[in-house]
Amino acid sequence: MKFLQDIDTRPLLLVPVLALLAWPLIGSGSTWLTLTVAGLAMGMIIFIMASGLTLVFGLMDVLNFGHGLFIALGAFVATSVLGAMGDWTGSGEWWRNMLAVLPAMVVAMAVAAAVGLAFERFIVRPVYGQHLKQILITMGGMIIGEELIKVIWGPLQIALPLPEAMRGSVLWGDAAIEKYRLLAVAVGLAVFAAQMWVLGRTKIGLLIRAGVQDREMVESLGYRIRRLFVGVFVVGSALAGLGGVMWGLYQQNVVPQMGAQVNVLIFIVIIIGGLGSTGGALIGALLVGLMANYTGFLAPKVALFSNIALMAAILLWRPQGVYPVANR
Amino acid sequence: MFNRLISNDLPRSRLLAAVLLMILLGLAFAPFLFPGVKALSVAAKVLIFVVLVVGFDLLLGYTGIVSFAHTMFFGIGAYGIAIASNTWGPTWGSIGLGFVLSMGLTLVFSLAIGLFSLRVRAIFFAMITLAVAAAFQTLASQLSDFTGGEDGLSFKLPELLSPSTEFSDEPFFGVSLDGRLLSYYLLFVLALGMLLAMLRIVNSPFGRVLQAIRENEFRAEAIGYRVVVYRTLSSVLSALFACVAGAMLAVWLRYNGPDTSLSFEIMMDVLLIVVIGGMGTVYGAAIGSVLFLLAQSYLQDLLRLASESAAAWPLLSALLSPDRWLLWLGVLFVLSVYYFPTGVVGRLRARTALKRSAPKSGLEESV
Repeated sequence: MKFLQDIDTRPLLLVPVLALLAWPLIGSGSTWLTLTVAGLAMGMIIFIMASGLTLVFGLMDVLNFGHGLFIALGAFVATSVLGAMGDWTGSGEWWRNMLAVLPAMVVAMAVAAAVGLAFERFIVRPVYGQHLKQILITMGGMIIGEELIKVIWGPLQIALPLPEAMRGSVLWGDAAIEKYRLLAVAVGLAVFAAQMWVLGRTKIGLLIRAGVQDREMVESLGYRIRRLFVGVFVVGSALAGLGGVMWGLYQQNVVPQMGAQVNVLIFIVIIIGGLGSTGGALIGALLVGLMANYTGFLAPKVALFSNIALMAAILLWRPQGVYPVANR
Repeated sequence: MFNRLISNDLPRSRLLAAVLLMILLGLAFAPFLFPGVKALSVAAKVLIFVVLVVGFDLLLGYTGIVSFAHTMFFGIGAYGIAIASNTWGPTWGSIGLGFVLSMGLTLVFSLAIGLFSLRVRAIFFAMITLAVAAAFQTLASQLSDFTGGEDGLSFKLPELLSPSTEFSDEPFFGVSLDGRLLSYYLLFVLALGMLLAMLRIVNSPFGRVLQAIRENEFRAEAIGYRVVVYRTLSSVLSALFACVAGAMLAVWLRYNGPDTSLSFEIMMDVLLIVVIGGMGTVYGAAIGSVLFLLAQSYLQDLLRLASESAAAWPLLSALLSPDRWLLWLGVLFVLSVYYFPTGVVGRLRARTALKRSAPKSGLEESV
């Protein structure tokens, strides 16, 4: 088990510790299980949304306050695609429903990626290396995007119902586990595994990491780091689009302001994670998801504050987040 | 004497000085120069925003910290007056007590946020304040027994400030001398005082340290300044300015609700004003506020006209609809960060400096 010595394992314990702490407070075992699975699923969706942002920050050192825009965009594209495939989503057959959700995801990712490309070119490129201006200008970019969404889809809330077969829950003992949450966990794990694999085990990942360490050296070997980094930004945006579809289906409705609302949540997650670490973001997202579900059950009014309290507690323990990115 | 009043921070550009003088005179005689209810409320909003923005600029422009919690303190100030007047009745005492309590709360909150988050990575601060501000807004709309929830609070002010109080039967130069006029001048004096106080702060040794931290944190620490202490002080001062601005808003509107003082759009407005006016210049806050509020109040009418005349092209018409005001704000924002990074004041000063071909001071240029 050599690789366990390389990584810091203590943060990994946070998730089970939080879940175990909540058990006696909630009391009933089946309720606890339902809440825990729900929290993990919510955490996975949040992770999908946050992973793009943490990737862009960790690798490119770009602080994108407009990330929520791609999430909202993904969700709105999904309403259009799923709305157009009404007889597929309403059929109630598992495979036809999946065949409706898949293109929605693919189209949402493609649109978010395309907009991400334009966003990188026109909003982010002039301000590389200047954090203050990045915050300002990406914020402006998000306002423009949000207003354009209002122009295209209207300023009101749109319903995004789950396809027939994904509604309802599976019973496991006394605990009811919603089917959609299981799907969310599966998608989230797939995204996490793919990211770890690409960054850790492929040549592209090697080049990206090397480019972060010593850009000039990699360029002098003949690789175009610039293009690679644009690619990272586009992939980050596409992941946000995917996360937007998942989040929209989870909430079952979408509003143009959702980008700004979600931003708050994912910022908390990537701060907990250490700004730039994929593993940290996963831990942060799971913690936030669990916390939101436990406090939503125990004390609904303080749900939003629980996230901030969680962040404060973790920053008191590790002021740089659970997995600080070492080279900055 | 005059130099001491503005703390030796001269406009350093003849055009800038002329514009500032015009703004000062315009605001001082606004009730007489621009008749009508709308014009007066635009002028009053300018006064309120000058105080709010100048406080924010202390953080953003002088210390180089981005905070999104500034409207939270604005809201605390406004709710302080609103809740106190509602609970203890429309007396000067309750206004005073409400003001003191909200200043106290602001002090405690900003100190807590500052001490806690300024010791972590600087970039975290923007995100943490964003989260805290969002949480506070939710809190304000949920505690409906106390804050009136989404509907907000309407309240009465002492007799002297209420619009029905007439001081004289005869109008003075065509303006009736009523409580509204008195409120306006109360705001004017407050805003002018706060602006001069801010000039004093940024041109003091303390202000110089803040600028040193902005330019190079590492060196400032190496010289021996405790960066965390200065940053925290700067964020506390900035929050207190916002709290005063909030109180001014409540006194003027005699109403407060989450959308009036806490909404994220106000935060965006403040950011935009600072960028347009020029970061790190107190005068920029004044010029930016005037430009922005004039645009906000009157361009919406223009957009309505444009949208109606473009009715033949639905997409263009939708883009120009007055509801899409924020879209054009965003475009303006991005373009000004792009092409106009030093703002109006920075541009005007740079022009003068170029004309004199004197060596540039460098500070404004590098913001």
